[in-house]
Amino acid sequence: MSVTLAATAAALFAIGTYLLLQRALTRVIIGLAILSHGANVLMMASHRRGVPPIVGKGDPSTFSDPLPQAFALTAIVISFGVTTFLLAMAYRSWVLTHDDVVQDDLEDRLIGRGGIADKEVADEREIHDEAVRERR
Amino acid sequence: MNALLTLPIVLPIVGAALSIVAGRSRAAQRAISISVLVAMTVISIVLLVRVDRDGVTAVQAGGWPAPLGVTLVADRFSAMMLVVASMMLLAVLVYAIGQPGAERHHVGFQSVYLVLAAGVSLSFLTGDMFNLFVAFEMMLTASYVLMTLGGRADQIRSGMTYVVISLLASALFVTTLALIYAATGTVNMADLAGRMTELPEGVRSAFSVLLLVVFGIKAAIFPLFFWLPDAYPTAPSPVTAVFAGLLTKVGVYAIVRTQTLLFTPDSRSATLILVAAGLTMVVGVLGAIAQGDVKRILSFNIVSHIGFMMMGLGLFTVAGLAAAVFYTVHHIVAKTSMFLAGGLIEHVGGSGRLNRLGGMVRTAPVVAVLFLIPALSLAGVPPLSGFVAKLALVDAGVTQRSYVIVAVAILVSLLTLFSMMKIWSGVFWSPADEEPEVRSRVVGPLGGPMLMVVPTTVLVALGVAMGLAGAPIWALSQRAATDLLDPGNYIRAVLRP
Repeated sequence: MSVTLAATAAALFAIGTYLLLQRALTRVIIGLAILSHGANVLMMASHRRGVPPIVGKGDPSTFSDPLPQAFALTAIVISFGVTTFLLAMAYRSWVLTHDDVVQDDLEDRLIGRGGIADKEVADEREIHDEAVRERR
Repeated sequence: MNALLTLPIVLPIVGAALSIVAGRSRAAQRAISISVLVAMTVISIVLLVRVDRDGVTAVQAGGWPAPLGVTLVADRFSAMMLVVASMMLLAVLVYAIGQPGAERHHVGFQSVYLVLAAGVSLSFLTGDMFNLFVAFEMMLTASYVLMTLGGRADQIRSGMTYVVISLLASALFVTTLALIYAATGTVNMADLAGRMTELPEGVRSAFSVLLLVVFGIKAAIFPLFFWLPDAYPTAPSPVTAVFAGLLTKVGVYAIVRTQTLLFTPDSRSATLILVAAGLTMVVGVLGAIAQGDVKRILSFNIVSHIGFMMMGLGLFTVAGLAAAVFYTVHHIVAKTSMFLAGGLIEHVGGSGRLNRLGGMVRTAPVVAVLFLIPALSLAGVPPLSGFVAKLALVDAGVTQRSYVIVAVAILVSLLTLFSMMKIWSGVFWSPADEEPEVRSRVVGPLGGPMLMVVPTTVLVALGVAMGLAGAPIWALSQRAATDLLDPGNYIRAVLRP
């Protein structure tokens, strides 16, 4: 595995991960695209290098291994298709909310609001208020 | 024999294409999908009978010999999963046709559904790691579309999480494949099984953990499950049912397949899987108890039950794996029928929130029965199939002296019963807490359209039958588990010149 390819893959993974952790949808999508590029570069780095593998032109033992190239092509096509779908979803999200930022999870908020911790706080406040009233 | 292995994959794809061509006529689309899925069910049953009789069967796609070309393999485990999966796909499709909703309003529903079916069959039948990636992508891409049908704000919100986390898992899968190919020079599973043993131990366990993470995201095991309870409930009911029944179980299948075939089980990976299994069970069921919505409770329960299957795998004994196989089959049937019943609850009550529903035992008694039976089965009440599955798991655990995980499993079963009874009392027993926004619909004696109730009833009956007459399926699971722990037959069938 050549150092250049490995370093490129590492850099792409780092950038992709950073972008994936952002709240803006466009950044998340770009991050995912970069991340899958990183995986593809790593795939290309995993094979034996050599001359183009064309049957009848040269010695097969000097050929580069065509299998990872086929893998990478397939993976590129798949990630291309899914990225398009994600862009359509991001657009739909923008149409609905006029915002590029991922919305909060409402259900989690609901549970948080109705949760035991909040009730305890409310109960304490009630007892405190009652005590204040009695003192008066 | 060749046709038996390729048809479950080719038929749905051809059906999907025809379905697009026949887009103008909904009746023609339905005829295509139903006949494809009926054919798929019949073929997979024949395949299971043949595989059980003759042993592992393999087909080299395009005639390329084994390590180079794509291999399709069917052993008992994959054939069993295929049979259950095609039955579920058929039942849910009939339900979707009966439900006034997604299927009627979207031209693409039928064709996307068939692509999902093809992806699921390919995942079960492929004997090639890269092909498994492609199968996952087919299945997942179809699931992205089905999940966001309708394009509502909440669907987009949770669909986004689902798509992003799935894509991340896919990128990680490609990365792992690249590393595996660099280390071994092959992606054929049978070939890999041999080459893995030549690698240093550290590299091998790194691959094992990487694959566990990749498939763990799809299977929703702790701590990689958080996307599931958000994503599943927003999809249309039939879609949620098929996701709940099949998608996570494809992940479980991939974990079981890779951990038994590619890696020799050692105590460290067994402990890792058992710890993950225990945490998955506990966290899932606690999440379920905290929720107040039928579909969300059921979704958290999926997570919890994935833990049971992982527990069977983590024991790495014939009894444990047989229990895991049986549990997976039971869970697919029970969970799909529960979500279909959940869809009926929403159809009748106009809401899925527990505090807006109530008293449905009187207004829709049929739905109440259809919900109660799989609910009790999931909790492991005898004589239903869940009891057989849980008993087998506990028995296998006690034999292995893994008392901690057994105790966790029993406790979680009790809590599952509690969460199910929470739905039962909220929806069927007690009166509604709040005035419902939508009044309960006037329902017929069945509690819903015929085409929604009948498939649910069939699945519930199937679940009951699996409990009452579970002996043949249990025996089959044991044979499947024996195959899994001794992959020699699998490897010979694939690499045979």
